[in-house]
Amino acid sequence: MSVVLVDAGGTNIGSVRYALQRLGVDASLTADASQIRSADKVILPGVGAASPGMARLRELQLVDVIRSLTQPVLGVCLGMQLLCTHSEESDTDCLGVIPADVSRFREAPGFCVPHMGWNRLSSAAKHPLLKNLEEGDWAYFVHSYAVPIGNYTLASTDYGSGFSSIIASGNFHGMQFHPERSASVGAKLLKNFLEL
Amino acid sequence: MLSRRIIPCLDVRDGKVVKGVRFRDHVVMGEIVELALRYRDEGADELVFYDITASPEGRSVDRGWVERVARVIDIPFCVAGGIRSVEEARAVLHAGADKISVNSPALERPELIDELAAAFGVQCVVVGIDSMRDADGEWRVRQYTGDPSKTRSLSRGTLEWMIEAQRRGAGEIVLNCMDSDGVRKGYDLEQLTAAREVCSVPLIASGGAGAMEHFRDAFTQAGVDGALAASVFHSGAMAIPELKGYLQQQGVVVRLQEMAANE
Repeated sequence: MSVVLVDAGGTNIGSVRYALQRLGVDASLTADASQIRSADKVILPGVGAASPGMARLRELQLVDVIRSLTQPVLGVCLGMQLLCTHSEESDTDCLGVIPADVSRFREAPGFCVPHMGWNRLSSAAKHPLLKNLEEGDWAYFVHSYAVPIGNYTLASTDYGSGFSSIIASGNFHGMQFHPERSASVGAKLLKNFLEL
Repeated sequence: MLSRRIIPCLDVRDGKVVKGVRFRDHVVMGEIVELALRYRDEGADELVFYDITASPEGRSVDRGWVERVARVIDIPFCVAGGIRSVEEARAVLHAGADKISVNSPALERPELIDELAAAFGVQCVVVGIDSMRDADGEWRVRQYTGDPSKTRSLSRGTLEWMIEAQRRGAGEIVLNCMDSDGVRKGYDLEQLTAAREVCSVPLIASGGAGAMEHFRDAFTQAGVDGALAASVFHSGAMAIPELKGYLQQQGVVVRLQEMAANE
């Protein structure tokens, strides 16, 4: 199986790659359109901000490439947000393959922004990506922007109010947390993605 | 519900984990990767590595061990030690660290925080603050604390610096209360409570953990998001699974189920 990591400048690329290696998969890091198109699985990692993230994809001429992919695609953290329609972060139009709008967490007493740390996943739908996921499994989050709950939500998480922690639309999937840093729960979810 | 984080801190010197008392007299505690794996297996929520001599020696952190840790560890970790520029931070993040923490270099040049936040987002940027209470009762920051002969007292107030650091883009603050560090008499609840008042990003307590009650008090009284400790874990005096079990009994939300899954 060929798995590619889209090299869009995210700083967690190394961590995602190591997490896949721990699952026995050697993913290649690439920004090459034909290599991305021909891969069995495509992962869009990303740490950073939406606007430079999209700028980088445009610069690499990967916007239409990613939009037209038909194999399973997984966006992680910012990578997931880039799959959505729009982000409130610098009012950025994103890839638009998952019909969701990303908005900033509202600060409230007892709820710091960024939402940083381990929080629980709660299943909202049946999906092979959630195989063996147990109610309340812990995942590691670091983000200031979030996707509200909608019909694309596979799992939700509570932080003041609920938001989407795993989403999907067709062949496009997203995880708001960092599966590569979510211990055995993260490994289980990455394995599920590889088996889609 | 977000859990409270238990964060073992590994001070790194010459590629080994060391621990001193009140930042002095360091003794070797073990190999970096070995200790990192041990804590991961015990249920640590995150790890912090401080290359304690990098800043006083004017060099950046050694990236070789960062990469070795990143390959085997599947929980988040933060690296600190002499990171002075966006390029140095990028190298550490690309080696696999999830966050970088800046302390002395941010005091030298506060704009560094703005630059790091702009380049990587605030979620990657931790500002570490070493603080001591002066004779006049004020908490003020210290610089270059990794080497006692180079440690400097600054006129900057701790809380004032904490506010400025957040304004510039700190996504998390680690407040190390040096008066209580290494002596295991408990976290400085008074200072942490004052810090919590002005800290709207995650706040991590550091310095003074000796008993399980100390962790509870930091969470329930000072309202910190995470508690960092070193010697109490390295020495084997306290095991993380027991600590977390105790905290849960005390009504503190902690991540427990992973540990059972790993056994």
